[in-house]
Amino acid sequence: MDFEIVIGFEVHTELKTKTKVWCACANEFGGPPNSHVCPVCLGMPGSLPVLNREAFTLALKTALALQCDVPRITTFDRKNYYYPDLPKNYQISQNDKFLGTGGYLEIDLGEAGHKKIRIHNIHLEEDAGKNIHPEDKNVTYSLVDLNRAGVPLLEIVTQPDIRSKEEAAAFMTQMRNFLQYLDVSDCKMQEGSLRFELNMSLRPKGSDAFGQKVEVKNLNSMSVVLKCIDAEFDRQSDMLRNGERVMSETRLWDEVKNETRAMRSKERANDYRYFPDPDLVDVDITPEIRAAAQATIPELPLARRRRFEEQYGLPAYDASVLTASFTTANYFEKAVESHPSPKGISNWIMTEGLAWLNKQPEDTTIDDFPVKSAAIAELVKLIDTGAITGKIAKQVFPIMLETGKSPAVIVEEKGLKPVDDSALGPIIDEVLADPRNEKTIADLRGGKAAAMGALMGAVMKRSGGKANPATVTPLIRKKLGLE
Amino acid sequence: MHLPTAHELSEQLNRGETTSVKLTQQYLEKIERTEPRLHSFITVLGHEALAAAEASDRRRAYELPKSPFDGVPVAVKDNMITKGTKTTCASRILDNFVPPYNGTVVQKLQDAGMIVIGKANLDEFAMGSSTENSAFGRSNNPWNTDLVPGGSSGGSATCVAGGQVPWSLGSDTGGSIRQPAALCGIVGMKPTYGRVSRYGLVAFASSLDQIGPMTLDVEDTAHLLKMISGYDTKDSTSANLPVPDYAEEMRKGSLRGKKVARPKEFFTGEGMDAGVARVVDAAVEKLASLGAEIVDVSMPHLKYSISCYYLVATAECSSNLARYDGAQYGYRTEGAKNIVEMFSKSRAEGFGAEVKRRIMMGTHALSAGYYDAYYSKALKIRTLLKQDYDAALKQADLIVAPTSPIPAFPAGAKADPMSMYLCDIFTLSLNLAGYCGISLPAGFTANEGLPVGVQLFAGAFEEVKLLQASYEFEKALGVVGSRLPAVVG
Repeated sequence: MDFEIVIGFEVHTELKTKTKVWCACANEFGGPPNSHVCPVCLGMPGSLPVLNREAFTLALKTALALQCDVPRITTFDRKNYYYPDLPKNYQISQNDKFLGTGGYLEIDLGEAGHKKIRIHNIHLEEDAGKNIHPEDKNVTYSLVDLNRAGVPLLEIVTQPDIRSKEEAAAFMTQMRNFLQYLDVSDCKMQEGSLRFELNMSLRPKGSDAFGQKVEVKNLNSMSVVLKCIDAEFDRQSDMLRNGERVMSETRLWDEVKNETRAMRSKERANDYRYFPDPDLVDVDITPEIRAAAQATIPELPLARRRRFEEQYGLPAYDASVLTASFTTANYFEKAVESHPSPKGISNWIMTEGLAWLNKQPEDTTIDDFPVKSAAIAELVKLIDTGAITGKIAKQVFPIMLETGKSPAVIVEEKGLKPVDDSALGPIIDEVLADPRNEKTIADLRGGKAAAMGALMGAVMKRSGGKANPATVTPLIRKKLGLE
Repeated sequence: MHLPTAHELSEQLNRGETTSVKLTQQYLEKIERTEPRLHSFITVLGHEALAAAEASDRRRAYELPKSPFDGVPVAVKDNMITKGTKTTCASRILDNFVPPYNGTVVQKLQDAGMIVIGKANLDEFAMGSSTENSAFGRSNNPWNTDLVPGGSSGGSATCVAGGQVPWSLGSDTGGSIRQPAALCGIVGMKPTYGRVSRYGLVAFASSLDQIGPMTLDVEDTAHLLKMISGYDTKDSTSANLPVPDYAEEMRKGSLRGKKVARPKEFFTGEGMDAGVARVVDAAVEKLASLGAEIVDVSMPHLKYSISCYYLVATAECSSNLARYDGAQYGYRTEGAKNIVEMFSKSRAEGFGAEVKRRIMMGTHALSAGYYDAYYSKALKIRTLLKQDYDAALKQADLIVAPTSPIPAFPAGAKADPMSMYLCDIFTLSLNLAGYCGISLPAGFTANEGLPVGVQLFAGAFEEVKLLQASYEFEKALGVVGSRLPAVVG
């Protein structure tokens, strides 16, 4: 029997605010343990939460950008459970009057077209701290770092609309890109500011019914999510083929064994006893508040892609590749600003930039690329003005990447300037006099245009690549009396 | 001879007739003398109070007092967070907890230059009506030390009634200020929900808790209320409304022509001590004699108030008290083998019986499958109760009610939890509605000579109206200062 994958995601993203969601502590990754804490985020007796406006605005902006239905009144609830990284032993979240429901993210599946991944709800909550278990086996305690406790966390829960690993990959990269465009989160999976929890079930191909879903946590990169989808596919399909029942449960990804393992059964009813948090008041999303949040929504990926095609005359492929990442698109536009040669710059980014990026860890962006946008622009400018040849540029680039030096400096230092036209004459004479080239010259004289390429190659070789092709061609023709 | 009020002490200080150090020393001596019999305090702040008093006297020497009450001692219930001073909530689970911050109200007292002289005893986490649930032993009623003072702000009541401190703060979730005030013969007020910041009040039931004054007379209540009231950016539920000069406004009203609603459900006589009933009835007559029109009304949902209260309050407390797990602060069990055992044993050993009972009731009320039948239904009843209050207050300016069905009772007399819960039958509906109310000394039972209180209620943020009526009513009743308790500092 063939099975079809059914996937829904719970996307958790830490909002990029100055302070935490209920208190004035800094919202910063890292720092010595328990250095960004106060009575409120420590859950001290007597302390009370107060909603951070900035966090709420970023959450609202995201809900609106995802086309969610946003109610007039939204409220906060307590989710009660005991865990040492949760100082109050309840998490302030939303379970009833969500910030947003409905809505969708439209993903691009390349040749397979577009697909809307519907959103069940989007809500604002607080992140928990981190438990640290010392590696020393003799240590009988664990430690808790509450720097992250109270960091605003936006949870986006999708409908089970994803049907393959490829769709899951497209959803994850495009959701990350969407959130980066909105500028609401750093979206660094390694730091935990973006986390995907997988809800996955299988069903016989052609069936409309949903199978029993399993929730998987602890997936700290997109490649791990994809590995997990494979592992779960194998595990669940084996079970189904053997006539076993898939249990409703939460599983954890085991990085070492490359498999999921049971964390807790959902069938033993995990009752969170949600109820409205009496310490917080209803939030009235007035038309003014809504309009103000709407106004902060920037140009989104699809619109930017169309603009790249129109404004810069880029081919559709270039526009789609460049805008698939907020930072890459920004890098491109910055480079074009200093040297308006869009296609030339696009070529360099798409070949060299993205090739480099593909070799880096997932959270890396083009902003981490040692070659900055101004340097790429300068390199293309050197080519465009004939100051160097494309061939020389290929030699210059690795040095830029390695040293971070500007291309002009490298050209100067390495003596890569094009050969002076006056010095070209003797080089061309030598090439034309070379008996090995006799046949090629005859071909050229006979009207075979392609023969020029071979002569050009020989000139280039002799000049160490420094000859300017634009000058070489007419000189050869002139010297052969073909003018 | 009567016990000096805070406004009298303030005048003495302002006139230079005494100093804060002298006053503080006097009160510390009174505490030392009477504390073995009253047991009002969990912590007495001797050195700290004297140091603060010296600073106050220096400010007055430079004629730079922070307020007219600069240098006047005060006690706060030990569920109010005090920076650097242990805050126990009368619970074993917090008996070593020294907070690193001040609650807003305590900060306001210090900003007014007042001397916090002690942390008063209470029922554990403010759950109870007698202080018998304190992990550190009960407080004793100054009128008869064999009797309880009421609760949960029992220590805050005994220290004022027994002359150990001129005034104090309590907290009122279902009557915890007003009932002990009545049983100890003092004034106790629950302000409108949101009038006083809850930041730094250790939560029992967040939607009901409110800090309020416990004083010897209405004028002191007006002064202390002004000092602690106001909007607080740290408390989302605090009201952004101006704070009137209550003591000034208090003198401007008259009961003549005012309508006072008498809900028949409060005056059925059922479960009511005859001696208390006589005093309360006489007080209502006194209101009429002052020119108030007594309007008989019905508040049909009052009969559900105990059920409603014990669902809402316990549900909230089950979540509020979840944080006491031994992980970060407070009591931690020894030798637990894993985190679950550490949590459950710390809580089992750290909490007393009544707290556990309420956590279990509240957990049940919020559980899947029971939520709709209990918690959700209680919220609906709460709305109906509030509508009853609104209807009564539409017909009248104020509502009159007894404070407690019985006078102070012997320790151990209410071993059955339900009989203890009934002590608050006249007080807890006001917290569910969120409005303001006050208990005034109305007289004494004829047989035992025990104090009896009478309540007045007013609508949201109508503290001025409430205090105007109370000020006049108090004078007419003539009870304040008429008798001294058996134990007095």
